[in-house]
Amino acid sequence: MTFPILSLVIFTPLVAGIVLLFLPQEKRNWILGIATGAAVIDLLLSVAAYFSYNINAGGYQLLEKLDWVPQLGISYYVGIDGLSLPLLLLGSIVTFCGVLVSWRVEDRPREFFAFMMFLAASVQGVFASLDLFMLFFFFELAVFPKYLMIILWGSPKTREYGGMKLTLYLFVGSMIALMGALAIYSGSGLRTFDMLKLENAGFAVEFQRLWFVAIFLGFGVLSGIFPFHSWAPDGHVAAPTAISMLLAGVEMKVGAFAALRVGIMLLPEGAKYWAPWILVLATINVVYGALIALIQTDFKYVIGFSSVSHMGLVLIGFASLDRNGLNGAGLQMFSHGVMTALFFAVVGMVYDRTHTRDINRLGGLFKKMPWAGVGFIVAGLVSMGMPGFSGFIAEFPIMMGAWQAAPIVAIIAIVAVLITAAYILLVFRRVFFGEMDAEYANSVGDVNIQDKIVIGLLVVIMIALGSFPILMSPLIQSGVNHVMVLLGGK
Amino acid sequence: MDLLSNHLLTLVLFVPTAAAVALFLIPARSEKGLTWFAFGASILSFLLSLVVWMRFVPAQSGFQLQEQVAWYPAVNATYHLGIDGLSLTMVLLTTFLTPLAILASNHIKERLKPYLQLFLLLETGMLGVFLSLDLLLFFVFWEVGLVPMYFLINQWGGQNRNYASLKFILFTLGGSLGLLLAIQLMGVVTGTYDLVVLIAKWPTIHGVIIPGIDTSFIKSVAFFAFVIAFSVKVPVFPFHTWLPDAHTEAPTAGSMILAGVLLKLGAYGFLRLVLPLFPNEASQYAWVLAGLATLAIILGALGAWGQNDFKRLVAYSSINHMGFVILGIAVAARAQGTQDAVIAVNGAVLQMLMHGLSSAGMFFLVGVVYERAHTRDLNNFGGLLAILPKYGGILIFMSMASLGLPGMGGFVSEFLVVRGAFPVFMLATCLSAIGLFFTGVYVLKALKLVLHGPLNERWVGKLTDITWREIAIVTPLMLLLLLTGIYPAWIMDLINRATMFWF
Repeated sequence: MTFPILSLVIFTPLVAGIVLLFLPQEKRNWILGIATGAAVIDLLLSVAAYFSYNINAGGYQLLEKLDWVPQLGISYYVGIDGLSLPLLLLGSIVTFCGVLVSWRVEDRPREFFAFMMFLAASVQGVFASLDLFMLFFFFELAVFPKYLMIILWGSPKTREYGGMKLTLYLFVGSMIALMGALAIYSGSGLRTFDMLKLENAGFAVEFQRLWFVAIFLGFGVLSGIFPFHSWAPDGHVAAPTAISMLLAGVEMKVGAFAALRVGIMLLPEGAKYWAPWILVLATINVVYGALIALIQTDFKYVIGFSSVSHMGLVLIGFASLDRNGLNGAGLQMFSHGVMTALFFAVVGMVYDRTHTRDINRLGGLFKKMPWAGVGFIVAGLVSMGMPGFSGFIAEFPIMMGAWQAAPIVAIIAIVAVLITAAYILLVFRRVFFGEMDAEYANSVGDVNIQDKIVIGLLVVIMIALGSFPILMSPLIQSGVNHVMVLLGGK
Repeated sequence: MDLLSNHLLTLVLFVPTAAAVALFLIPARSEKGLTWFAFGASILSFLLSLVVWMRFVPAQSGFQLQEQVAWYPAVNATYHLGIDGLSLTMVLLTTFLTPLAILASNHIKERLKPYLQLFLLLETGMLGVFLSLDLLLFFVFWEVGLVPMYFLINQWGGQNRNYASLKFILFTLGGSLGLLLAIQLMGVVTGTYDLVVLIAKWPTIHGVIIPGIDTSFIKSVAFFAFVIAFSVKVPVFPFHTWLPDAHTEAPTAGSMILAGVLLKLGAYGFLRLVLPLFPNEASQYAWVLAGLATLAIILGALGAWGQNDFKRLVAYSSINHMGFVILGIAVAARAQGTQDAVIAVNGAVLQMLMHGLSSAGMFFLVGVVYERAHTRDLNNFGGLLAILPKYGGILIFMSMASLGLPGMGGFVSEFLVVRGAFPVFMLATCLSAIGLFFTGVYVLKALKLVLHGPLNERWVGKLTDITWREIAIVTPLMLLLLLTGIYPAWIMDLINRATMFWF
């Protein structure tokens, strides 16, 4: 038996979370130590997975399989391919950063970090699952820590509304997706949830067209697909910083990833049939999200809506059903995850010091918090798809895919780049330059060392990937090759 | 050493970036250390580009000193660098002006370190455009240069800098959206971004590109997408309105680079990409370019004449001078393969170089007087020649170079453009000659209001003459302008061979 890297990636945070719950609340250092230690181990394991994956061989690797409920064909089956591995890495990176920026949480840190660890375990579980039931299990496991963390530690004004809205939207979405998953299970006649077997189950075309809708929209809600996106900005804004980072950075990718793995890969005929409609919805996501972000006056809502816009690009990449488009979507999931985690981290740092998120009241912060300013502008440049940063190398192939699928989509979506540039630069200038409000002029200090680590790490990742796409793109290509085969590949 | 000499272009390109990163290690307090380090790095880049020039074999056609490694295999884009006579000229201009601009930044007292870092990154961005032989890489550098310039204007600019910097970046970004789309389309259709391959492949592509749309229509649209992107940068009338604002608000060194090099990126885009990739469309629509160039020449000159702000006047003069570059390009588009085309492009490239030198000099001299007087309103000056004799002499020299006085480089280049354009676009050329007259008018207006006339008493004893450091900055520019006026062959040979090959 080889070293079970993937199981350890999933269960390290889960075990850490359970251990945390048994610690006494006053042992703050222990709590921080265990949470941080678990996050570091998780990150190292993911990095190990990245280096042990053989790109030339491709396919699913680091497999582990155990019977779970053999009577129903349910097994504990984990493995990764070129598409899930970057997301696994993303999950660990964002969890690590989320833990670091949460060191200053004063209110019930034990439960806070424990729930965060559960959330981390659940996203890693989804990314590594090769069993449909298990995927669903981990998908649902995220609901309760998300809900509780928003309700308990969220921003006081909107946390109940935001938490409730998010939970209900996602709950309805996952119920619909569950119906689809059960239909796949019974429709295949194989009596198995093993997705590798289901990939070749040979569903009838009509069956695929019908159930693709349930699967794609059901999971798509979590990726913020228009018109089911409105939970995202409300939920992100209501959540505490670390949870905003995980929600927008990783959870939205969980939705997109599940829609890809279960929807497009198991039901390729359905994907081909519905792709034009998804393109329409995704294009609305991109442009509408950017326009709404442009008129926000709340710092955090700007970022919330920008996520809606950027996830639209991922969906365009998927729906292009084109090699380039899918490559780009894979990169965009990673790039956007890192970028938006940095955005929310910076928003959190600013809010903690000024206690306001109103863009009109913020100003002149660059002098006091240069690290945060640099972090914000780098994330902003990634966000506007500036060449040299990871956003460009992700968006460029997506657009190439859109050219293949429907040129008009590429032409409309590119306008969003200009809108994004406008809102990013305007917000940056208003928040970080200009006059500082006297109310908090003396109380604002620079960010601390943990924050600097977070900003530095995420900035370096985005620039490195933007300058050397070869770090990740061959990996994603190897995953896309498999998807193209399932799609009857070109 | 082999490793270094095989990657000479990479070295030229990334020495400034490496220096920008290394600046982090120098404490922000030691202003002298920062400046001299940045200056040294840019001089190193200049020396390396001189080595490139020595290694370059003029007699050999095509691209030289090529380097190619995989960069983004998923979309088949490579890190492909190479130079020919056109790009080498522009590289030399860039590496020559950057150290001078850094020396001219001694009035920057606030946050000097990030200022210098942005400046060095800007240099890499500009050099990358000139060195890239991959369309995607070209676009990367094309956009990367915007960011440092945005912040240089936005952070170290004048009163109205927020408006000017946002206008600058949105105009240029907006202009390049179409370019980005067209690049993607070309990549999707041909499966490559390599410029050498594309130039051979794209112009002759027929067949269906997008089902249901006529291929020649698509190519025309792509052509205009390229043209608009580059026209915004040059800038060609009517896409020029960002320029006076950006120039006026930018710090002196920023204006020097903006006028000296950044505007050339657009013209270079025309020569390197538009004409080779779209020869048929370019020929078909050359009259549009010629018309816009004429308008730019005339309206730029009239616009400059109407200004009372010294810096804005110089900014409008850039529109006027760059009009000649575009006119030369239009001739090449129209009459490809003829001697007229070669002469006109020779003129256009030389004009790019000469305008790069003279506009950088003019902006620097405006900066010199602004730093002392804290005003740029021409009506506030008068008779300064009496109290600033050295400055006055230099300003007169530079103004004459700028208006193309025979004996100066600008005369040679404008003459070549007009000579090449006359048989091809007779009307446009004649109208441009009228524009040339107004060039004289606005230059003399500026000289009269600043240097001559009754001495404005408020400056007596207030203004000090130009310092040796400042003279040291402007002297190399004057020498090159004069040298080219008298003996243009020092650079013409290099340009001419490339032009003969391409046009």
